[in-house]
Amino acid sequence: MSGQDPRLLRRLLRAKDRMDAASHEAWPIARLAAVSGVSEAHFARSFREAFGLPPHRYLLTRRIERAAAVLRDTDLPVTGIAFQTGWSSLGAFGRTFRDITGESPGELRARQQAASHQLEEAPPCFVAAAQRPDLNIAVSEKRRREAGSTTDGSQPTEVP
Amino acid sequence: MSQGVGVVGLYVHDQGEALDFYVGKLGFRVHTDARNGDYRWLTVQQPEQPSFQLGLFAPQPPTVDEATAQTLRGIVAKGAMPPLVLVVDDCRAAFERMRAAGVEFTQEPVERYGAVDASFRDPSGNGWKLVEGRS
Repeated sequence: MSGQDPRLLRRLLRAKDRMDAASHEAWPIARLAAVSGVSEAHFARSFREAFGLPPHRYLLTRRIERAAAVLRDTDLPVTGIAFQTGWSSLGAFGRTFRDITGESPGELRARQQAASHQLEEAPPCFVAAAQRPDLNIAVSEKRRREAGSTTDGSQPTEVP
Repeated sequence: MSQGVGVVGLYVHDQGEALDFYVGKLGFRVHTDARNGDYRWLTVQQPEQPSFQLGLFAPQPPTVDEATAQTLRGIVAKGAMPPLVLVVDDCRAAFERMRAAGVEFTQEPVERYGAVDASFRDPSGNGWKLVEGRS
């Protein structure tokens, strides 16, 4: 447990809430820091210490969660879902989606729509949070591990 | 009804601030406000639900040690406490009323699966879902 001041944590939570409410928007550190009322230099480190992952990785989990929900609940084309959930390129969306969830957007849609939804009786927002990807390592690291290679020199950026 | 849950407590950062919020902004009323030294037993209730009290408790010594109290305040401030749901007749109307009163909403009303819901937080960080009751 951190020794962070609860008042600071409450302000950091406000930045997290804002990303939750509008994960499709761009959230540069300057914008998040302003929401929390802390300096840019302190924000990323404080956020990570408070919530266990860097702010942009958190945003990524929210976007994937959103995309997965829209894939499951609608028949919208994948391209539209990618742009609607905050990606600027379909390629980046598909690649990141697969890296994080282990399947392509189309595969996830087919599997989810075929499965029965036993959580229907729980409030949807809580279910969504519970099904959010647990992205405890960087996407680039996940890629490397799954490729079984430590020699991969490329460092794809994590920020979508 | 003579059996059932009577009090469920929340941890709050500051009981005075919590009282202003739950009574002044959400429209709850004070059920019990009893002090003994630094200790304050404070419960509020929704006027239409007289059998239930919501406790607004401060984590503090000697109930817990100071380090634990600080940890608990941090957990609340991180929004890590379990879900709370407030049921209203009209979510959009309640949202407008509460927002005008200064409640910090984290999600505006959205209709999904045939029901309207919104989200807000109390000053300490406890997260509430505002849900329209299904008749």
